Amino acid sequence: MRPILMKGHERPLTFLKYNREGDLLFSCAKDHTPTVWFADNGERLGTYRGHNGAVWCCDVSRDSMRLITGSADQTVKLWNVQTGAQLYSFNFDSPARAVDFSVGDKLAVITTDPFMGLPSTIQVKRIAKDPSEQTGESVLTITGPQGRINRAVWGPLNKTIISGGEDAVLRIWDSETGQLLKESNNETGHQKTITSLSKSADGSHFLSGSLDKSAKLWDIRTLTLIKTYVTERPVNAVAISPLLDHVVIGGGQDASHVTTTDRRAGKFEAKFFHKILQEEIGGVKGHFGPINALAFNPDGRSFSSGGEDGYVRLHHFDPEYFNIKM
Amino acid sequence: MAVDMARAPQSKLRWGELDEDDGEDLDFLLPPKIVEGPDENGVKRVIEYRFNEDGNKVKVTTTTRVRKLARARLSRRAIERRSWAKFGDAAHEDTGSRLTMVSTEEIILERPRAPGSQAEEVKVAGDPLAAMGKAGAVLMVCRACGKKGDHWTSKCPYKDLAPQVDAFIDKPPTETTASSGATKGGAYVPPSLRAGAERSGTEMRRRNDENSVRVTNLSEDTREPDLLELFRAFGPVSRVYVAVDQKTGMSRGFGFVNFVNKEDAERAINKLNGYGYDNLILRVEWATPRPN
Repeated sequence: MRPILMKGHERPLTFLKYNREGDLLFSCAKDHTPTVWFADNGERLGTYRGHNGAVWCCDVSRDSMRLITGSADQTVKLWNVQTGAQLYSFNFDSPARAVDFSVGDKLAVITTDPFMGLPSTIQVKRIAKDPSEQTGESVLTITGPQGRINRAVWGPLNKTIISGGEDAVLRIWDSETGQLLKESNNETGHQKTITSLSKSADGSHFLSGSLDKSAKLWDIRTLTLIKTYVTERPVNAVAISPLLDHVVIGGGQDASHVTTTDRRAGKFEAKFFHKILQEEIGGVKGHFGPINALAFNPDGRSFSSGGEDGYVRLHHFDPEYFNIKM
Repeated sequence: MAVDMARAPQSKLRWGELDEDDGEDLDFLLPPKIVEGPDENGVKRVIEYRFNEDGNKVKVTTTTRVRKLARARLSRRAIERRSWAKFGDAAHEDTGSRLTMVSTEEIILERPRAPGSQAEEVKVAGDPLAAMGKAGAVLMVCRACGKKGDHWTSKCPYKDLAPQVDAFIDKPPTETTASSGATKGGAYVPPSLRAGAERSGTEMRRRNDENSVRVTNLSEDTREPDLLELFRAFGPVSRVYVAVDQKTGMSRGFGFVNFVNKEDAERAINKLNGYGYDNLILRVEWATPRPN
C-alpha cells in the first residue's frame, strides 16, 4: 500500500481519532493545534487554534459537530468542528490528559494530571446541546489513584468509566457514584505504565497498551484478562480493528536500541496481531520515530498512525490484507 | 480525386511532398478507433489504428485498468463535509504547500519470517544428527568464500579446491561403511568416520553445498536478506551469504545461496539468471561445476 504522509504538525503526535462516519481524522500533537483531515486522501481541512499547551487527547461527537480536546495548558476546550470556532473552555488546576465523550455526547469524562501537590482526578462534565448554555460544573469528581491517568473511556451504557495510568492498574469506576468497582490485579495486569486504551467497535472488550512491552485484551464488564500480545518495544498506542480480528500495536523506543544505527531509516513499525490467536501477523514500517497514536477507520479498511516524528501516515489496506490466513 | 478534395481546404500539399508525419491526413483510410468500455473489472481497451514510420498500418491496443484504492462510500453528511470551507491554518493554504503527500515507497504488511523454511529443512534432514551436522557446518566457515563448511581459508579459492575436499570426505566414510563391522583390528576410527556418526550430517552439508548457487553482479548495497527474499520463492533456503568488503561495507558483488533441494536451485538458476535486480543484470549459476 502507499501510505499518505501528512506533515501538519511540527511536534510529536499524541492522539488520533476518526469521526463516526470515518471521513474525518482528527490529530492532536504537542504543537498546540489539533488538526482535522479528510480521511480518504489526507487533505487538511482545518486547524483549531486556541490552546496554549500540548494537546493530549481529543474526541468528536457522533454527529461530527463537536470536538473536545484536552491540553496541558490546564483547559479542555469544546470546538465547532466545521468552523474551528471555540465554543467553551473548561478550566482546571492541572493539565488535562484524557477526554472522552459518552454515548449520546451528553457527558464527557476528563482526567487531570497530578500537579503541584494536587492528586490526579477524573471528572465528568455535562455537555449542553446549546453551547451558550454550557457551564463548567462537574457532575462527578473522582480523586484518582497515584500517578498520572493516561487514558479514560466510558463503559457500556455510560454506567462505568475505565481508567489506566502510571500505576499500571486498570480501574473501573461507577460513573454515577464514583465508587471503585474493579481493579486489575498484579499478576495478570500490566507491570508498567499503561499508555493507551482502545475499545472494540461494539464496546464489549478493550485493549490496553503498556510500557511493559505488552498489550492486553480485557472484558469491559468483568475486567477479565482475555488475551495478551507481547512485543519487543514499549507500547504507546493500540487499536482494535472494527472489521477483522486484528489488533494493531504501536511502539516506542527501547533504550538499548537507541544507539544502534540502521541503514534503513523508518524502522518503527505498527505491529498487527491476530486478536484471537495472539500471533503476529506482520508489521507496517515507515515511521522515523516511536509511534504514539494509532486509529482504525470505522470501516476497517484503512488505519492511520502518528509518530514522534510529527508525521501522520494514513494507510489504505491492499485487497490482500483482507485475505490474510493464519 | 477524393484525396485531393479532402485535403485541399487544409493545405496545398501535394501527395508527393507528404512526409511521414503527415500520415494522419490519411486517417480516413484506417478503421475507426474502438473503445471497449470499462468492464466489471474496470478494464478498458482502446484499439487504434495508425501509420507507423514505414507507412504500414499498425494496430495499437491499449489496455488500462483504473483501480480506485479507497472506496469512498461517503454518507450524505460526509459528502456535505467534503465541501466545507477550510479554516484555521488551512484557510490560507496555497496548493503549493506539500503537507499531504503520497509515499514514494510501497509499504507492505511484512509477515514475520515464517518458520516454514527452517522447519522444512529439519523435516528433509530427517534425523537430529543431520541437523547437528549442519550446525557444525555453519561453525566452520571459510572466511574467503564463506560458504563451504569443509575447509578453512588456506584452502580457498572455493572454485578449485572444494570438490576435491568433498571427494576426500567422500571416500573414507564409504569405505568404512562397507567395512563397518569389521574394523582393522581395533584401529582408531575418528568420530567423523565412525559408523553412523554425522555422516548424514556431512552428506546433508555436501548435498546442500551441491545445491549452492553463485550469484554475481550484485549491486553494492545488496545484503543477505535481499538475496534471501529473492531466492526463497523457489524453495527453502538453508544459507545465504553475501561477500562484503569489511572496510567499505559494500557488497563485493557476489554471494551464494544454498538451497535445500536441488530442483529449487535449478529453477532459481533458470529463472533468475539474467534477471534485472537493482539496476544490474544478475548472473546466477551453479557454484560448483554443474552437479549431475
